[in-house]
Amino acid sequence: MSQLLRIATAGSVDDGKSTLIGRLLFDSKAIFEDQLGAVETASVARGHEGPDLALLTDGLRAEREQGITIDVAYRYFATPRRKFIIADTPGHIQYTRNMVTGASTADVALILIDARHGVLEQSRRHAFLATLLGIPHLVLCVNKMDLVDYAQERFEEIRTEFAAFAAKLEVTDLTFIPVSALTGDNVVTRSSAMPWYEGPALLRHLEELHVASDRNLIDSRLPVQYVIRPQQADFHDFRGYAGTVAGGVFRPGDDVTVLPSGFSTKVSNVWGPGGEKLDEAFTGQAVTVELADNIDISRGDMICRPNNKPTSSQDVDAMICWMNGDSTLAAGSTYTILHTTRETRASIKDLEYRLDINTLHRDDQAPELRLNEIGRVRLRTQKPLHFDPYQRNRDTGSFILIDEATNSTVGAGMILGTSQPESNIVWHSGAVTREQRKTKGMTLWFTGLSGSGKSSVAVEVERRLVASGRPAYILDGDNLRHGLNANLGFSPEDRAENVRRVAEVAKLMADAGVVAIVSLVSPYRADRDAARAAHVADGLPFLEIFMDTPLEVAEARDPKGLYAKARAGQIPDFTGISAPYEAPLSPDLMLRPSDGDVDALAAFVIDRVEQQ
Amino acid sequence: MTTTYELTDLDKLEAEAVHIFREVAATIEKPALLFSGGKDSVVMLHLAVKAFWPAPVPFPVMHVDTGQNFDEVLEFRDRTVERYGLRLIVASVQDDIDAGRAVEVGGPLGPRNQLQTVSLLRGIKENQFGAVFGGARRDEEKARAKERVFSFRDEFGQWDPRNQRPELWSLYNGRHRKGENMRVFPLSNWTELDIWNYILQEEIDLPQLYYAHSRTVVERDGMLLAVNRFIEPQPGEEVYEAMVRFRTIGDATCTGCVQSTAGTRQAVVDEVAAARITERGATRADDRISEAGMEDRKKEGYF
Repeated sequence: MSQLLRIATAGSVDDGKSTLIGRLLFDSKAIFEDQLGAVETASVARGHEGPDLALLTDGLRAEREQGITIDVAYRYFATPRRKFIIADTPGHIQYTRNMVTGASTADVALILIDARHGVLEQSRRHAFLATLLGIPHLVLCVNKMDLVDYAQERFEEIRTEFAAFAAKLEVTDLTFIPVSALTGDNVVTRSSAMPWYEGPALLRHLEELHVASDRNLIDSRLPVQYVIRPQQADFHDFRGYAGTVAGGVFRPGDDVTVLPSGFSTKVSNVWGPGGEKLDEAFTGQAVTVELADNIDISRGDMICRPNNKPTSSQDVDAMICWMNGDSTLAAGSTYTILHTTRETRASIKDLEYRLDINTLHRDDQAPELRLNEIGRVRLRTQKPLHFDPYQRNRDTGSFILIDEATNSTVGAGMILGTSQPESNIVWHSGAVTREQRKTKGMTLWFTGLSGSGKSSVAVEVERRLVASGRPAYILDGDNLRHGLNANLGFSPEDRAENVRRVAEVAKLMADAGVVAIVSLVSPYRADRDAARAAHVADGLPFLEIFMDTPLEVAEARDPKGLYAKARAGQIPDFTGISAPYEAPLSPDLMLRPSDGDVDALAAFVIDRVEQQ
Repeated sequence: MTTTYELTDLDKLEAEAVHIFREVAATIEKPALLFSGGKDSVVMLHLAVKAFWPAPVPFPVMHVDTGQNFDEVLEFRDRTVERYGLRLIVASVQDDIDAGRAVEVGGPLGPRNQLQTVSLLRGIKENQFGAVFGGARRDEEKARAKERVFSFRDEFGQWDPRNQRPELWSLYNGRHRKGENMRVFPLSNWTELDIWNYILQEEIDLPQLYYAHSRTVVERDGMLLAVNRFIEPQPGEEVYEAMVRFRTIGDATCTGCVQSTAGTRQAVVDEVAAARITERGATRADDRISEAGMEDRKKEGYF
């Protein structure tokens, strides 16, 4: 099955970005002879020796004349495994506006570094924008390796420096590849000039990149785009709500709630384009659903699940990138806001700070945002928005601002959450600070398949900590389901809520000075990331410990006989058998059965805790 | 694991196009779909039909007719329009020539592709269309690679490539004043091969010209042109019978064909996958005008 991968590239002409793209297109045979002929003619006209591959990506006359890229250009190429769309953005003029545009839909960002010059301000800026826009995968191409004699030392230097910077950003997957776009080393085929590099060539990496679990399959969201009422004899009573699924999964029979009305009903039918009857529809599919009850629904409404709704609020905190040169954003101005399929008006209540994207410095005195500037703002909308934070869902967390006088798109927004002042629930700070407590709390989060050994290791870790005088307590997933989480099942939504509650309890314990030891399958990456984010936001240490026990081993152990039942079809949604497990991409600690027995594994954990 | 919840590339492209059709129908008054009977417009119409099922397509189709079309294509156009119960509006280039609004270059039987701009803009104005769907793809041409899905045109129908609206996520800004309009390109991210793979997957009917057939052709400027009432062989030109098919179909005076034995959808997919020359490079005399030919024409209001 061929899949689609969207790539955003960033870098300037000097980094050899156009040459790299030209090389990818050329070597993967996406360039046709007449296109190459045109490039050769143009190269000769400009006195270049041989075809200048960079010319393949220049589109407009002014770009060819000035040798620069003005706008986002889209390029296409395919291999038998994937179809690729490259959003190619310039590194210099209006870089932010264009890169934000190209990055908004990308699965992966390619960032170029000139091996001679190393990590520049521009490289940091590109990495920051990629993470701000929620691109899950970053690939650092250290280019022009041919000009540094293919030296491993130089590559390692750049890698170390960049990794140190990236640690400050929310990067989930970071890969470094030494290449030479000019000569083709490590672009489409592995280079023989760099035997010390053991990874794949760039194209192979892009073909194999695992992007399936980047999507949100947990929070079911269907923004209603268009209501289909044929009013024809054959479909007299047909009333379909058309839209593109923006999160999770919808199946016939599902209980759903419609926002803003809050009415609940059931899904009666899910139709694909052209009337294909579907058993389920998931993120990215354009569908039409019929509901069991006749309730008043129109464009801009949001269909979700009764126990998993987006936040509904008129007060929104967001990061905004300003994209217009003729006007500025300042407190007090009003715009049309387009969020999912909902259109309303928004006024800027406050510009909290402007972010310097080179230094990440926050200027809270800034009076306005100008073209290519990014800042955090508070908005008040005329009608409530139904949203999720951008880092959890790009479709329900993004919006654009439109100037009402000129109809131009002037701002791009990424929602952080709802603004606090509207809430009547106030956080009461205690008199005792965290520093005044005798012990330092933290959370150890064990994740892994059922039977992977989480509980055994957790019990030993708890025993050792308590013996050493450190308060510790196990929050066991199964045990909590008898009480705190007794009302939850095993659907993705319920699992998300289960994880959220356990994370909140762990946070309270850690805040109280206890080492909270969570032992929970917690199969979804997004849920664990949310647990980590909740801790980080409160300044509490959080260690994700991955029990990397292969399914065959866990199933052979089967301490509770659950696998046998799941195989027999007696347990639906069983992780590893009939429900997915998304392994952590960068756990703080990874434990495998081959690393030793329970005692040895517990000792690794204790070592890691003591380092913290 | 039961399902992987992954879409194929074609499913994704289809979902994106369906989303675009619905977005326009929901937010812009009086849209229309440009339909010539060419493969891209046929795929576009197929997607529109799927987007609004089980309701009929909620807008008319418009054909900018150069008056120099292949008869088979016009018959196909009329048959398709009738099958879907659509309203067809024809903006006739001949009318504009007769009324002196458009001037033929190269005399009678000269290429009329460029003249289409006049008739297109007139059709949009007379019918007060707020949005016009076009089948252009970004992979076709350098200037197209920089065009938005929702492309704003001012009151003169003109495109300003230096001042395009940013287009992020799947949030499309189609707002415009009366007299201005949007060109909307649901196939922006499709390539020629995607189009053919989709035609194969969906078993979409096309004019027979797209499949190999025997035809009298003449070689001119390195291209094979079909001999018919629009193309007269000149002295010294070699005329012969060949198995050919058309990769694109436009004005009969300037659309070339290629030698081919591909008589089925699958055979064409295989041929396109192995092709080493772009469809426009191979078969469109009018696109060979200059390095910036398409850019200039688009600025004036061309498709």
